[in-house]
Amino acid sequence: MKKEVVIIGGGPAGLAAAIEAAKCGAQVLLIDENKRPGGQLFKQIHKFFGSKAHNAGIRGIDIGRQLLKETEECGVEVWLDSAVIGLFADKKVAVLRNGTTVTVEAEKILICTGGAENPLRFPGWTLPGVMGAGAAQTMINVNRVLPGKRVLMVGSGNVGVIVAYQLLQAGANVVGIVEGMPKIGAYGVHAAKLRRAGVPFFLGHTIAEAKGTEKVEKAVIAKFENGQIVKGTELETEVDVICIAVGLRPLSELAQMAGVQHDFIPELGGWMPLHDGDMETNVPGIYVAGDTAGVEEANTAMDEGRLAGVSIAHTLGYLKDEETVQKKNEIKDRLNALRQGPFGERRLNAKQRVIEKGEAV
Amino acid sequence: MEDLRVTKHPILGDQEPEELVEITVDGKTLTAIKGEMIAAVLMANGIKVHRHTHKSHEPRGIFCGIGQCTDCVMTVNGRPNVRTCITPVEAGMVIETQEGFGKRRV
Repeated sequence: MKKEVVIIGGGPAGLAAAIEAAKCGAQVLLIDENKRPGGQLFKQIHKFFGSKAHNAGIRGIDIGRQLLKETEECGVEVWLDSAVIGLFADKKVAVLRNGTTVTVEAEKILICTGGAENPLRFPGWTLPGVMGAGAAQTMINVNRVLPGKRVLMVGSGNVGVIVAYQLLQAGANVVGIVEGMPKIGAYGVHAAKLRRAGVPFFLGHTIAEAKGTEKVEKAVIAKFENGQIVKGTELETEVDVICIAVGLRPLSELAQMAGVQHDFIPELGGWMPLHDGDMETNVPGIYVAGDTAGVEEANTAMDEGRLAGVSIAHTLGYLKDEETVQKKNEIKDRLNALRQGPFGERRLNAKQRVIEKGEAV
Repeated sequence: MEDLRVTKHPILGDQEPEELVEITVDGKTLTAIKGEMIAAVLMANGIKVHRHTHKSHEPRGIFCGIGQCTDCVMTVNGRPNVRTCITPVEAGMVIETQEGFGKRRV
């Protein structure tokens, strides 16, 4: 089977890329291993940041619905419940679908398989009840079930703080937020909501132990200095859930399999594929976008997807040079705007390093 | 145990009535919402242990909730290693806590 464009992963990056390429006339196949596209957008019930062009004030869940509608309208072929299990030479994509393997030959491939939550190792970390903050978020906002009644959040970045607030909205009690650093990592507006709700922040603290026999019953936290737990400062509290929100890493196994050059970029989640200014990797015709191309947020993922979609449509001959330049510049301006401020600047610099390295490969 | 379901929500609104189905978990009958993930109905009923590890028989439950980590696998309809966080329930499904690698019976 042959397809012009195969997009692997139907999250914000993949959907935005599919819409952009298909609108220009390209034949697009979008593959996702889940039963429903949208990636993690449907668990993001908070309002997004940024300007109007960045969907500011709109909830992730509504952006997801809009993207799905557009995907349908512009004739993107979507395979759900289909897992890409291999990428081979000459851009052959192996897909596990309906219990059998199908091989699709693509002219262009976009890998946007997202990211995975980092675990944190401490005594008791494998006990049921210790889970990723994203898992708890999926449970409350998608499955509408509380993972427990008393939750300790480990990590005060945006994920930790937003999920902690959403746990309150869903009816759980958040007993505290533990943060190893001396200050809160999240945007002030999110952290302030928790402060107002009376949730205590334990700054300069870490999780020392999860106690329980078959599941979490207690959490022990302690002061954390110079990367060490300070003995004698332990505090014990009853909890039934410990959420871990200590960052994400890019999922790029398929890019590795395809021979894409990788590098370690700590600001973007660690080991990740290098790419050029148009999201293309050193393997011609293979593109990356979204968290796979460095962990950021849904808005940057969508714009990276659009950038890849435009580049792909152009190289396939569906877009004139002039129009392409104009579209790319618009998207790049938006991406730069998203990477401003004390939080964005680190990512902006890291991205520039990725692109410089990617273009030198 | 029904109080673990989020029936009312300030953003998502009230949960709309859904079609219910019955499933069996370790011999016990549970009522589930048709099409919800196996992990969701277990969690709603306070069941947190999905399996025990092969060597040290330690309990494991939900970790990532989106099909990536495979910590939540159970034996479903005689088939071991089913990711319960991304597998929807069906009427009459038989779910068992998995011991080690499990035994395939189908």
